[in-house]
Amino acid sequence: MSDARENGDRGKAHTDEAALSARLRRLDEGLGHARERADPASGGSREDRATTASGYAKGFRLSSELVAGVLVGAGLGWLIDRWLGTSPWGLIVFLLLGFAAGVLNVMRSAGIVANPRQNRD
Amino acid sequence: MTVDPIHQFQITNLMPMVTIGGQQISFTNSALFMLIIVGAVSLLFIGASAPAALVPGRLQSIAEISYEFVANTVRSSAGTEGMKFFPFVFTLFMFILFANVIGLIPYSFTVTSQIIITASFALLVFFIVIIYGFWRNGLHFLNLFVPKGVPIYILPAIVVIEILSFLSRPISHSVRLFANMLAGHITLQVFAGFIIMLGSLGAVGWLGATLPLALVVMLTALELLVAFLQAYVFAILTCIYLNDAIHPGH
Repeated sequence: MSDARENGDRGKAHTDEAALSARLRRLDEGLGHARERADPASGGSREDRATTASGYAKGFRLSSELVAGVLVGAGLGWLIDRWLGTSPWGLIVFLLLGFAAGVLNVMRSAGIVANPRQNRD
Repeated sequence: MTVDPIHQFQITNLMPMVTIGGQQISFTNSALFMLIIVGAVSLLFIGASAPAALVPGRLQSIAEISYEFVANTVRSSAGTEGMKFFPFVFTLFMFILFANVIGLIPYSFTVTSQIIITASFALLVFFIVIIYGFWRNGLHFLNLFVPKGVPIYILPAIVVIEILSFLSRPISHSVRLFANMLAGHITLQVFAGFIIMLGSLGAVGWLGATLPLALVVMLTALELLVAFLQAYVFAILTCIYLNDAIHPGH
C-alpha cells in the first residue's frame, strides 16, 4: 500500500515536472514573440515614441524647430549684412532660407520627410 | 495677495567668491542646486554599486535600469559605435533628469529652467559633433550638407538650407528643455497662486479653491512626466546628432 502511494507520488511529481517544463516553454515562446514585437519599435522609432507620448510635447517640439530655423536664418543674414554692408539683402535672402530650413526641420522631426541621414544604414 | 510666478527663477548670491576683471563670480542658488544634483546622482550610483550583488537590491535595480535604458537609447540611435559616447550621454541624461525632478520639490530651484544651462549643454553637444565629425571623417564630414540625388541647379540652395538647419539645432535643442521647464513651473505657480487668492476670500473662497488645488495636483503629475520625457528627449537628440558625426555619409 505504501509502495502504491509512493508510486502515485512519483507519478504526480513526474506530471508536475512535465507541466512545469511545458509552461516554461510556452512562456519562453511568448517572451520571444513579445521581444520581436517590441524590437522594431525600439529600433527605429524611439524618437517618435518620445515625441508622441503627449500631443503637447509634440506641438512644442515642432514649433521650436520652426522658430529655431527662422531665428538662425535671420541672425546669419543680419550678421552678413553687418560684415559685408549688403543691407538689407542678406537679411531678406537668409530669412527666407531660414524659413525653408525651419520647415525642413519640422517635416523631418514629424517624419513626413525621411531624414536621409537616418535610414542610411 | 498676489504671487509673483517669476520670482522662483531668481538667481540669488549665496556667497560672493572672487572678482575677475570686474565680473563678480559668486556661489549662487543655481550653483548650489547643481552641486546637490551632482551629489545626489553620485550618491545613488556609489550606493548602488557598493553591494555589487548578483541579485540586485532596490537601489542597484534603479541604477541598472537607468544604465540599460540609456545604453539601449544610445545603441538604437547611434549604433554600437556610438557607445563610446555613452558616458557623456548618460551623464547628461542623469543630470537633466535629477535637475528636473529636484526642481519639482517646493521651494527648490530648477536649474534647467535657466536657458544658459540648457544652451551650454546644447552647444557642448553641437561642438562635440563638429569636432568629432571632422576628426573622424575629415572633410568627408561636409557630405552631411550635400543630400544625394538632388539636381545640380538647386544644390546650392539646398546646401545653404541644410547648413542653416544644422546651425539651428542647438537652438531648438536647448529651447525645448528650457521652455518646457519654465512654462511648467509658471503654470504650477499661477494655479497655486489662485488657491491662495481664493482662500483669502473666506468660506466661499475655500470651496472655490478646491478646483485649482485639484488642478495643481494633476499638473504636478504631468510635470513629473514632462521632467522625465524632456530628459529623455534631450538624450535621444544628443544621440541622433552624435550619429551624424559618426556616419555623415548618405
